[in-house]
Amino acid sequence: MLWVDKYRPKTLDKVLVHQDIAQNLKKLVTEQDCPHLLFYGPSGSGKKTLIMALLRQLFGASADKVKVENKNWKVDAGSRTIDVELTTLSSTHHVELSPSDAGFQDRYVVQEIIKEMAKNRPIDTKGKKGFKVLVLNEVDKLSREAQHSLRRTMEKYSSSCRLILCCNSSSKVTEAIRSRCLNMRISAPTEGENFCDTKVRRQLFQPMSMYIVKVLEFIGKKEGLQLPSGFADRIAQQSNRSLRRAILSFETCRVQQYPFTTNQPIPPMDWEEYVSEIASSIFKEQSPKRLFEVRGKLYELLINCIPPEIILKRLLYELLKKLDSELKHETSHWAAYYEHRLRLGQKAIFHLEAFVAKFMSIYKGFLIETFG
Amino acid sequence: MAPVLQSSQPWVEKYRPKQVKDVAHQDEVVRVLTNTLETTNCPHMLFYGPPGTGKTTTALAIAHQLYGPELYKSRVLELNASDDRGINVVRTKIKNFAAVAVGTVRHGSGYPCPPYKIIILDEADSMTEDAQNALRRTMETYSKVTRFFFICNYISRIIEPLASRCAKFRFKPLTEEIMTTRILYICKEEGLNLDSEALSTLSCISQGDLRRAITYLQGAARLFGSSISSKDLISVSGVIPEDVVQALFSACKSGNFDTADKEVKNVIAEGYSVSQMLSQLYDVIVESDDISDEQKARICKKIAEADKCLIDGADEYLQLLGVASNTMCAISNMPSFGS
Repeated sequence: MLWVDKYRPKTLDKVLVHQDIAQNLKKLVTEQDCPHLLFYGPSGSGKKTLIMALLRQLFGASADKVKVENKNWKVDAGSRTIDVELTTLSSTHHVELSPSDAGFQDRYVVQEIIKEMAKNRPIDTKGKKGFKVLVLNEVDKLSREAQHSLRRTMEKYSSSCRLILCCNSSSKVTEAIRSRCLNMRISAPTEGENFCDTKVRRQLFQPMSMYIVKVLEFIGKKEGLQLPSGFADRIAQQSNRSLRRAILSFETCRVQQYPFTTNQPIPPMDWEEYVSEIASSIFKEQSPKRLFEVRGKLYELLINCIPPEIILKRLLYELLKKLDSELKHETSHWAAYYEHRLRLGQKAIFHLEAFVAKFMSIYKGFLIETFG
Repeated sequence: MAPVLQSSQPWVEKYRPKQVKDVAHQDEVVRVLTNTLETTNCPHMLFYGPPGTGKTTTALAIAHQLYGPELYKSRVLELNASDDRGINVVRTKIKNFAAVAVGTVRHGSGYPCPPYKIIILDEADSMTEDAQNALRRTMETYSKVTRFFFICNYISRIIEPLASRCAKFRFKPLTEEIMTTRILYICKEEGLNLDSEALSTLSCISQGDLRRAITYLQGAARLFGSSISSKDLISVSGVIPEDVVQALFSACKSGNFDTADKEVKNVIAEGYSVSQMLSQLYDVIVESDDISDEQKARICKKIAEADKCLIDGADEYLQLLGVASNTMCAISNMPSFGS
């Protein structure tokens, strides 16, 4: 079992990183009841862990007995019927699904399937807990229409059903939905005490929250590992404040070499290395020929299922490292510009390539201007 | 169905006014509708205005007061965006419902029960234009037996022919005073303690939207118990604390790209909503004294563009970075890029 799963806190009491939120959630469900909830925050910050722990708190051990189902629905949409295929994870008390998987048909999922689920009320032997919980993942990827449809469903069936929504960016969830939920902001855990300057710490400091370093040390202790000083710090630094990533790379290090040495390299993700190669090859030469080579490499990344916006962001990060401040402004502007177009467009490669070409032309112009 | 625990009901529903005269702050509508109750004469209605000002409440209240609980089911058709409202539904369901003739029934129920039915189309601005067009004739043909209530946020999304067939009522955002009285009433009912600072924070963050204010209040009450401070309210509302916004703004003023980049990364990692950030940053910039009008204009233009991009689904980090970089350029009078 991966450490990420092995050390995932099972109950709200055992949560390490967001103890204050966990305690609040516990208070929230003491009366066996909860409002609609919206969890948002960057990936690897513990949204899912908190949701699972919350369900366990609500329903006890039965929340663990989940079955995965691949269901087909026939939705009647006026003149034609539409087949929707969705994977659901369900226990007796809750159903979990990602409606955005249905693509542009997500509206029907919300209007028909979720409504259907919300209507059916589970009957408990003791006649209490008369509601079920629907966990919807990635609500930020839902289309506008689907979100509009969701808002009335939330009100109408609020007596029989609670929704727990989970997303990365709350900007993409409409105001109407946000205002109907209790919003829980799950911030990414900070790397460690050494990484916060005092001002930031004052802002972020939550007396009960834990740092990534502490979590790594906790796992190290449980596994009976010897951690050289500064080792956990370095892993935390590379993790981009994502706890999941930190634990994964910690385990990778363990597999590669144990006992740890102080200067043991922490393997970066291979695609990140690949992007940094792309960046340095862009810096070496700016020509159509090089652009063509870069295009091949970008294709390779896309084929390996790295989302295009992540590639673009990483590429920007690599490029910004080596630029003059004047060019940084321009480059970041164009990165935002092409990422926006990428969302609107169909094929990602065009926009990635356009960004690279734009950058090459800016950089070449800059070189000519400076060095003649 | 198992009985619902009283506590599980959202306060928004619990304290929804049941009678038209209880609707706060919307005097014209209330006057017209009270008149309707007496004379049972009612035009087609179009309610528009920002969220949380009482549009749906008013429509439901008048329907209940006209028909009473017994006839309500057969006389009122309520459709909203969670129901499918394509052109097919307009052609079949709405038309069929509209066509049924009804008579005046007075069996001493104490309700006026006028001889027409009501169709409430909630969130009408999310109806397609085709569907709206299909409604035009239906409205006229069956105007003897059916009244339409349209409810929407943006009146510009209702096609002109529909709008001109209705009596239009704008619902104003609630003033702080009225909001405060309502909130205090709920606090008293629920046994909550709210100091005056928290009260003014609440009406500030909810910006005239009573539903939002009540939801925040309930959220805070659930999380933090019966005495609520203004900090608790801010943490449930998703409003970004002032010092985070100021930190980003001063990073922009510093003129150092890397400082701004670090601040932006921090905002993203903390999970704050970028659209919220943009609107709060906008407030800070407009009110700031040491920036010239032209610079403000440049910054605001970029904020507007970024907001549009976010709605299109663009990446939060890149957009905020773009705004930060543009702000920096504008403050230090460097040329900015694009358009």
